Amino acid sequence: MSGDLLVARDIEVVFGGRGHWLGRTREPVKALHGVTVRIGRGETVGIVGESGSGKTTLGRALLRLIDVAGGSIAFAGRDITQLSEAEMRPLRRRMQLIFQDPMASLNPRRVIRRIVAEPMLFHGVAKDEADAEAKARAIFARFSLPLACLDRYPHELSGGQRQRVGIARVALLAPDFVLADEIVSGLDVSTQAQALNLLKDLSRDLGLSMAFISHDLSVIRAVCDRVYVLRSGRVVEEGACEDIFAAPKHEYTRALMDAIPLPRIDRDWLRRTAADVAA
Amino acid sequence: MSDAALAIADLNAVSDRDGEAILRGVSLTVERGETRGLVGESGAGKSTIGKAILGILPRAVRVTSGEVLFEGQDLLKAPAALRRRLIGERIALIPQDPMTALNPGRRIEGQLTDGLRLWRDLSAGAAREAALKLLDEVQIRDPERVLRSFPHELSGGMRQRVLIAAAFALEPKLIVADEPTTALDVTVQKQILRLIRAMQSAHGTSVLFVTHDLGVVAQICDRVTLLFGGRVVEEGRTADLLQAPRHPYTRALLEACPRYDQPCAGLRPIPEQIIATLRAEIAA
Repeated sequence: MSGDLLVARDIEVVFGGRGHWLGRTREPVKALHGVTVRIGRGETVGIVGESGSGKTTLGRALLRLIDVAGGSIAFAGRDITQLSEAEMRPLRRRMQLIFQDPMASLNPRRVIRRIVAEPMLFHGVAKDEADAEAKARAIFARFSLPLACLDRYPHELSGGQRQRVGIARVALLAPDFVLADEIVSGLDVSTQAQALNLLKDLSRDLGLSMAFISHDLSVIRAVCDRVYVLRSGRVVEEGACEDIFAAPKHEYTRALMDAIPLPRIDRDWLRRTAADVAA
Repeated sequence: MSDAALAIADLNAVSDRDGEAILRGVSLTVERGETRGLVGESGAGKSTIGKAILGILPRAVRVTSGEVLFEGQDLLKAPAALRRRLIGERIALIPQDPMTALNPGRRIEGQLTDGLRLWRDLSAGAAREAALKLLDEVQIRDPERVLRSFPHELSGGMRQRVLIAAAFALEPKLIVADEPTTALDVTVQKQILRLIRAMQSAHGTSVLFVTHDLGVVAQICDRVTLLFGGRVVEEGRTADLLQAPRHPYTRALLEACPRYDQPCAGLRPIPEQIIATLRAEIAA
């Protein structure tokens, strides 16, 4: 499978279980029960599920931000499952994360200029401050962000602008893989459409591979090529978006789809239960 | 007209901080027994209207003119005692976030029976009986246990059910539902929407349903008012607004919604032109 950039096989993640320092022990909780995901080069893969499905845990495991109890993760043909923090560091630039809430992920006490320039300088993507500034200006123009934003603090920007800054900061590092975790769930539909289109253009132009985590199948359909449906730490269905949305096989996928209220008149929707959908 | 459960007429509000208008001549009615949707993107003023009805506007927001008619009284001008009775007893709120709306330090029983004891003068035992009945009505399987629980011991969906029970406890005439399902998973959201609908039909309550989600509006609202920049852009029967939107903004907003039932042909953000025209109209 030379086409795959990231391959995670039989991933298991367990939380807790080790002795507490006060002597109490907690029952270990298995968050992922052997999940396998492949993300091809240039491909955008959706990971969908409700709270507790393990979608965020899976994302974190893919980036090696948490340790896995079982399974393996390969990035660009190299097994990274057991790499130490120091060994991971050179790979960090190539594997990036866009956060759900830019208000929480952008340092509130720093101006936007520093927020976008610092990672470039740290990873050596920009030679010096002037180079970082030029790169930041170029991407701001492309993202329709006013240059004046560079001198502002995160709280002075609108929600849509903050999310675009979050995307710009990651795009500037020219990563190979980006994990986007619920990045549009707090946005209005109009700003949501803007951010999603931006992300789509970016992945096309940079040949980016992307894992797009969301609870919303409508958003997944708008940006993803393939989708994994997660429930209680297991993949219940996977496939190309066209196929899954045309004919979902698993009853959970069907229930998840039917539960989304669409802006169309459907007199039966409110009465229809998951059992009806399964039948 | 006089039959409306709630009639808001020409409501204007400004921000005291910068003098900017927040509501610009908003008029809307909630007819008896109907669910009226109040929809718009952030900054449209939908929550401000809900707060103005309940008299819980932030200090920086000032209503400059207009009236909020409820049971023949203008809530904005009614004497404090009367307002307290009308809003406390006859109008209820289903809030957005079931975690912050419940007091984390009190058991559900106390929080659910406060209103009953205050307004109905019920004894602790009678209020408890009433609370058990309410929990049963919102399909909570183990009401005894829930009454003894603290909010953090319940799931998000359970907490929202408790808040719905609390909202219906005093048989209010009007319920303001402020984004009541936004914080929930979609499958839970559907159960909660179904429950609100069922409770409303059974009790004949009128509901003002504040939301940003046109999908939710489509499934639960009889009529809808769409706001932009503190002004009513379009209103009418939900089916008409969705199937034959008259205003270009309504059309653009519907087209910007991602939909799993439509192939991914690229999303259409709302054209700048439409927003600019709307802003100019508002400024004029």
